[in-house]
Amino acid sequence: MQKSLHIDPNKCTGCLQCEMACSWENHRSFTIAKSRIKVFSFHEAARFVPYTCTQCDEAWCMMACPTEAIKLDPVTGAKIVLDPTCVGCKVCTIACPFGTINYVASSGKVQKCDLCGGAPACAKACPTGAITFVDADWTGLEKMRQWADKTDTNPATV
Amino acid sequence: MAWTKKVLRVNLTAGTCTTEPLNQQWAQDYLGQRGLATKYLCSEIDPKVDPLAEGNKLIFVTGPLTGTMAATGGRYSVVTKGPLTGAIACSNSGGYFGAELKFAGWDMVIFEGRSAKPVYLLIIDGKAELLDASHLWGKTTWHTEETIKKAHQDPQIRVASIGRAGESGVMYAAIVNDLHRAAGRSGVGAVMGSKNLKAVAVRGTLTDAYQVANPEAFFTAVDAGKAVLAANGVTGVGLPTYGTQVLMNIINELGALPSYNHREAQFEGANAIGGEAMHEKRPTDGKPNLVKNGACFGCTIACGRISRMDPNHFSVKDKPQYHGASGGVEYEAAWALGAANGVSDLEALTYANFLCNEDGYDPISFGATVGAAMELYDLGILTEAEVGLKLTWGSAEALVKLAEWTAVGEGFGKIIGLGSKRLCAKYGRPELSMTVKGQEFPAYDGRGLQGMGLEYATSNRGACHVRGYMVSPEVLGIPVKMEPQATEGKPAMLKAFQDLTAVVDSAGICLFTTFAWGLQDIQPQIQAACEGDWSEERLLLVGERIWNLEREFNLGAGLSKKDDTLPPRLLTEAIKTGPQKGAVCHLDKMLPEYYEVRGWSAEGVPTAATRTRLSL
Repeated sequence: MQKSLHIDPNKCTGCLQCEMACSWENHRSFTIAKSRIKVFSFHEAARFVPYTCTQCDEAWCMMACPTEAIKLDPVTGAKIVLDPTCVGCKVCTIACPFGTINYVASSGKVQKCDLCGGAPACAKACPTGAITFVDADWTGLEKMRQWADKTDTNPATV
Repeated sequence: MAWTKKVLRVNLTAGTCTTEPLNQQWAQDYLGQRGLATKYLCSEIDPKVDPLAEGNKLIFVTGPLTGTMAATGGRYSVVTKGPLTGAIACSNSGGYFGAELKFAGWDMVIFEGRSAKPVYLLIIDGKAELLDASHLWGKTTWHTEETIKKAHQDPQIRVASIGRAGESGVMYAAIVNDLHRAAGRSGVGAVMGSKNLKAVAVRGTLTDAYQVANPEAFFTAVDAGKAVLAANGVTGVGLPTYGTQVLMNIINELGALPSYNHREAQFEGANAIGGEAMHEKRPTDGKPNLVKNGACFGCTIACGRISRMDPNHFSVKDKPQYHGASGGVEYEAAWALGAANGVSDLEALTYANFLCNEDGYDPISFGATVGAAMELYDLGILTEAEVGLKLTWGSAEALVKLAEWTAVGEGFGKIIGLGSKRLCAKYGRPELSMTVKGQEFPAYDGRGLQGMGLEYATSNRGACHVRGYMVSPEVLGIPVKMEPQATEGKPAMLKAFQDLTAVVDSAGICLFTTFAWGLQDIQPQIQAACEGDWSEERLLLVGERIWNLEREFNLGAGLSKKDDTLPPRLLTEAIKTGPQKGAVCHLDKMLPEYYEVRGWSAEGVPTAATRTRLSL
């Protein structure tokens, strides 16, 4: 079974534990500037929204790469950047409609979410359950459950 | 090492930025943040210096756990000599600014001198430069933050700035970062304004600036700490749900909620301004005041209040700029803006709080000063002609107007900006100022809670609740339950709390963790992050050393035993109603014993033996 990162912005408090965990996993540093997941604060709307790669099936970054440096991990479904092959041309950053693949000047390569090989550090670090790692076919399950709870099939019990 | 080992020294007079290595012996002796900056300040300035003169220094400082995954590891402090008190000032803030400073590779920034014209400091990793801020002078903190981010085309820059209150010399002006987090108390923003320093902007992208010493042990300790916070009733449920406002009804029911400038110890409007009220749908527009809870950097508690006002409220009816969500009232602010002066209009409190953030001034000192002014008005000492409005108890209109005037130093706002002590002295009634060492009380009655009375009298930065939070034992039963009216054992407990708090503040984490964490939860995190042996005993010794160094600074500044006292109202006027009826603060019973457990002389001076024991 494949799993997906599932993000529920309503639960996010903007603590950035996910960004630190991502940076630690990939750079051995807490510097959130190196994180592959970003939490956006829409201040006046009182919303915090974590955002990262959704691992498109037909991944535009992968298709655009001229050196075939982005590969599919068949187990996790993640599209993974192969550092030795990446030449840092940044064409993928133009191709991606969502901006979730970005250049890292200090390495001369691009980076994107690779699902940490199947155990995403961001989901583990999230204290509120805003980021979870769930059955890829059932990211809507919790929302369904909430709506299911509101249905009333037996008016007599109300 | 969890320190970056780098200090940035900014001479505002000369316009220079220089790098120097951190004094690592001092880091070993004082840990970081509050303690470390206090050591620097004490070593570099004459404690008798005029706080607003060129000779004072202003230090922004992080701790070893700042910018790490330790829960709440995002704190920084601003340390200086405070204009409100003439004592040492150390104001602690959350948000994202502190961690960013660390990511840029700096443990601390020391500002000295005074710039001839308004400037702001821009730090991008190892590069620091002073830039012209003429276009920002006269602007709010919100405008300043937005303008700086736009100017440098970098929304990821973090900004700490002063608003118009800091520029115009409001004695309790704050430094505001990330829109609504603040180094709030003692007037650190006024010192910044006196130096013509408008803002500090920072962006940090370095991966090698610092490191935890033992990552494996660090994550084990940090994960364990997070689990304790999540499982605790206060940090896991109470604070995220109600924020610190969870206390409003609790303290009111206990009869220790000072109101009407401490004339009363309960407030009939408490229910309307407390944490529960923020959740209730307003009859006017059907929406609650509270929109969401928010966290500071790295915080797994998330007590922050994010509020949205009723757009039809009189204070903001024609001001759409306040109709979006922003920082809502925390307990201390709600108390000071509300109970302290009898105002029970939550929307008016929220608006005043927005202004405190927007123009950078401390809602505790502001609200309490309004309370004192209302008493002077009630007594006929202040008149409508003098103030420019009717200053009657409970007037939301007066609160709102005074908040607007104080923010920009207009009209009677100029007088309110002086603080309660100077206000009451000016009108010949100094005894009506509810202050210690010139700083206004926060939201607990020092008669209703004897330990808090002693805490206020002895706190090194003047009346303050976050130097030794005796509410924990006296109300919440943490770590043990102590009766509010008891005096026995309070001095020793207070000393333990003060020393522990100094450790927490110096580590770079939030004091609110201590609702759930004891030293046994904190020590392993510090131990794993920092090189060397950081036993619990050593940490408490560090805390005690910090406390004594602050005390010595204050003694050097001219403060003495005579300043370790409370206003006569708390010592002689008994609480009139409620569960604590009849209570005065028995400071006379507790203070001598406090000096004794501190190892101080009867005059409140650290003895030679104490100084030796603490290597001072």
